[in-house]
Order: sequence, then structure tokens, then C-alpha cells
Amino acid sequence: MPPEETAPRPEPRKPLSLQLKAGLAITGAIVLLGLLAPWIAPHPWDTISMRTRFLAPNATYWFGTDEYGRDVLSRLLMGARLSLAMGLSATAVSLAIGVPIGLLAGYFRGWVDEVLMRGADVLMAVPPIMLGLLVLAVTPPALWKTALAVGFVYIPQIARLARSVTLSLANEDFIQAAKARAESTSYILFREILPNAWPALIVEASLRVTYAILLGSALSFLGLGAQPPSSDWGLMISEARSFLDRAPWIALAPGLAMCLLVIGINLLGDGARERLDPRLRSRAGKA
Amino acid sequence: MAAYIAKRIVFIALVLVAVSMLVFAITTLLPANVAYLILGPFASPEQVRALELKLGLTDPVWQQYLRWAGHFLSGDLGESTLMNRPIAPLLMEALSRSLVLTSVSFVLIAVIGVGLGVVAALRHGRALDHGVSIATYLGIAVPEFFWAIVVIVIFAAWLGWLPASGYEPLSAGILIWAKHLIAPTITLVFGHLAHVSRLTRSSMIEVMQSPYVTAARAKGLPERVVVLRHALRNALLPTITVLALDFGRLMGGIVVVETIFAYPGLGRLVVFSIQNRDIPTLQAAILVVAAIYAFANLVADLLYAVLNPKIRFGRNAS
Repeated sequence: MPPEETAPRPEPRKPLSLQLKAGLAITGAIVLLGLLAPWIAPHPWDTISMRTRFLAPNATYWFGTDEYGRDVLSRLLMGARLSLAMGLSATAVSLAIGVPIGLLAGYFRGWVDEVLMRGADVLMAVPPIMLGLLVLAVTPPALWKTALAVGFVYIPQIARLARSVTLSLANEDFIQAAKARAESTSYILFREILPNAWPALIVEASLRVTYAILLGSALSFLGLGAQPPSSDWGLMISEARSFLDRAPWIALAPGLAMCLLVIGINLLGDGARERLDPRLRSRAGKA
Repeated sequence: MAAYIAKRIVFIALVLVAVSMLVFAITTLLPANVAYLILGPFASPEQVRALELKLGLTDPVWQQYLRWAGHFLSGDLGESTLMNRPIAPLLMEALSRSLVLTSVSFVLIAVIGVGLGVVAALRHGRALDHGVSIATYLGIAVPEFFWAIVVIVIFAAWLGWLPASGYEPLSAGILIWAKHLIAPTITLVFGHLAHVSRLTRSSMIEVMQSPYVTAARAKGLPERVVVLRHALRNALLPTITVLALDFGRLMGGIVVVETIFAYPGLGRLVVFSIQNRDIPTLQAAILVVAAIYAFANLVADLLYAVLNPKIRFGRNAS
């Protein structure tokens, strides 16, 4: 049985909701700008120039310049890549580890479920940012380590969702049929259950991307992520803190960019959730 | 009910033991040697070795853990390697400051969040409703450290009403003390309003359409009584459990907010101890936060269990 046919599909003729359109437009624009950043950035993002320090936004430097005379807009564009990479790679880590855990717990139940889910409870007993700080405290900071740590922090949430979806699927006829055909456990888990769990997981994951971006930037802000001269948005805001009174644009530009990105992805995720399964709507807003 | 509570408390204790193992395991991986940190960069290898033996750093990890956990349970949290002071008073001082900050924020989140939710629900679908939705949406969509900076730019740099950062004890005068609390409180409140106001709004909308609200109106009760006595009471039940969870979330939120505003609470202590590799302080601080977080979750669960029959009763009565 090709798994594609069993996945719930949106009706093809349903028009895109305004929410979904806005989300696609905002997120798409930021992704495009980030990808094209090296070619469209009006100035070099990391060239220090003492003659152009602290310039307010003007015709040459649309978003002004920072304390080293670097163009804020160019840094912003390069930083978009880092934020997107942080969100996507951290979420990929959570999915890669959390989904198999959830599948195993939901399929086998019993002591397997107990052990895995109590382990998840332990990780969830520490606020995410503290857990991230704790993991990162033991190693010299680097952005890829931050992405790993953020992915690690959100494993329990993904595992719980994967488990609950698996629990609801485990008694379906097609699973019983696969068992009757004496298919291997890994076949049932990854070829029968996973394809059907995918829509719910993907929607949840897309919303998780924003949590990952926010947590990653907070860790960079605290000095446990990207290091200078990186143009990570969290780091940019952190460095601009000392100049809030004379050059607020250095901090405000990356902050506003982050608002836009997070709102865009949230709209996209919420819109996709409603489109895939209107019954899930009531769950929106739970962290 | 008592059995349920007892079971949950035992479970929390087990989780905290597991967290303490996790914290201990991670911090023993730290490359920096504690003995070296205490003695400074000019210590001879013999001195380092002697102190390692004295501190028991050469024992197996499980022995070190048991010793640490034993001391911890007896109230001896060890000594901060950076400040050369016992951790317990240090931690209590930071905790009390953080609790002031989080409690004030919590009360404001409850009052403003419920208020906004009710107003939005009563104006359901109109401009005011959308305005509240967008404003609270911004609150969660944007990182706390950015709101903090907006607050500083507006109130400290631009208007000059508030100090940009810092802390003054109550003994410096209540006004000065309060002034230093305002900016971090605004930041925390704005970042956490959305959950409460959105949930209150949606349950208010649901309740306002229920038959018992129609019945209350048909009895000729004034709208104020219908909204406050009949609708809000029932609509608040889910909100209350979310509020309890929010208290736990605030314990995470203080990390960034206290760091930005140089507010010497628990969150700043955690960041500070990481930056300075003050491992004993880090371990103790994270455990305390985990304990508060776990108990906030317990309170949320208990409130849900206590309030749930009332919800059913409300539905049956309608």
C-alpha cells in the first residue's frame, strides 16, 4: 500500500487563506533575501570603517551603520541566513531524535513508553533557556553547538506529539493488517505509522522553528551562540546594547527583522495547520 | 485527591533527583578544573593536585555526586568558587529579588491578560478585538530581549523616566526601588500576556454563546452582572491553569530580562556563574529553578483537577 494515499490531503480546490498567503509572502521574502544576501547586500557586511561609524539611516546606508562603521542592512541580510539555519537545523535535530522516540513509546507502550516519557519529563522539568545554557556551559561557544543544544532542548515536545499520534494510529486497520502480514517492526513504524503521522508533525515542527529561532537568538544574545564578528541577529542586538542612547537603529533593525520572521513563520504554520486539519485549531497557542 | 497529590509530589521529587544527576553529569564535563579555578593561573601542579585530593575531585563521579547531593539535602550548598562565599545565602538573596520581580509581573499578567481577553471577547470581531489580538501576538512573537531594548530606548534613552538598568535595595527608598523594577516588569508582562488573554478571550466567546448566559439575560439581569458573575466565572477556569504554567515560564523569562536590566536575581546569577565557570553556584541555581518550575506545573495540574468538576457542573447546569 503506497503510504501517500493514506495521508489526509487538503481538498485541492480550497483557496489559500489570507493567513497562509501572508505567511508565505513574509517568510518567502525573508528566505529569498537571505539566500541572495551575498549578491544583493549593498555594502560588505564585515568591513570595518572608522569614518562611517554611527551614521543614522540615510540614502547610502538605508538602516544606518554600527559602531564599527559596518552597514546594518547588509549585516541584517547576512544574519537572515543564520536565523533561518538556526531554526531549521535545530528543528531537524529535534525531529530526528524526538520522532523515533515518540514512535517507539507510542507503539510498544508499557515499560518502553514509561522509560522514554519519564526521561522526557526530566528534560521538561528545566525551563528551556536554562537547559540550553546548561548544555552550552561545558563547551566554547559556536553557533552550530547552539543549534544542537536548541534542538536537544525541544526533543521532549516533539517526542510527546509523535507518541500521541502513534497511539491514535496503532489500532487502525492498516496497522493490524501490516502486523498480520508479519511485517518487521521498523517497517510498521517508519513505513506505515510515520507517513500518516507526518502532516501533524510537520505543522507542529514549523511552529517549533520559531521557538528555535527565538531561543537560539536569546542564547547568542547571552554570549553562548554566535561570536563576533558574526551578524547573527541576537548577537547584533547584544552588541548594540551599549549604544541605545546614541544609535538605537543598530538594535532596532535586527529586532524588527526578527519580529517579521517569527510572525511570518507563525502565520504560515497556523495557516497550514488549519488547512490540514481544522480540528487541531483549538490546540493553537499552546507552547 | 490526597493520594493524587502525594503521588505527584513523589514524582516531582524523583524528577528533581534526575535533574540533579543531569546537572551534575553535565557540569563534570566542564573542561575547566575547579581546583585550578580556585587557585588561579599561577598555582603549581602540586598545589592543584593537593587541592583536588582535598576536594575529592579524584574520586569516582558517583561518589562525588552522592557527597554533593548529601550536602545539598542537608542545606549545605557549597561555596561559590568565584566569590568565595557560601552559596545558600547568595542564592536566597537572588531568589528573593527574582520572586519580587516575577510575583509583580504575575499579578499584572493575570489582571491585564484577563481584562484584555474579556474586552476582546465582548467586542468579538470588531476593531478592538483585532487590536488586542495583534498586540498580544507581537508579545509572544518577539524575543524578550528585544522588548527590553524597546523599553530602554523609549523610557530610559528617549523619555528619561526610568533608569536603563540596575537595582536598588528597598532601604534606598521605596520610590527608587520601584523605579528599577518597572522596566523589567513591563518587559516580562508584555512577553507573557498573550497566552492568558487569548485563552480568556476564546473561552469567554464560547461561554457568552451558552444557554445559561442567554437564560441569565432572559431573567433581565443587567449585562454587567451577566458578564462578571455568570460568564467570567466559568470562562476563567481554563485561564487559571494557564496562569499557573505562566509562573513557571516566568522563571525562564527572568534569565534574559535580568541580564539586560542588570537585575541581580536568580536568572542573572545563572548567566553569571556560567560566564565565570562558577560550577557549584550554577548547579545549585539550576536545581532551585527546576524545583520552582516543577511545583508551578504541579499547581497547574492540581488546579485543573480541582476545577474540572466545576466545569462539568457548569455545563450540566446549563
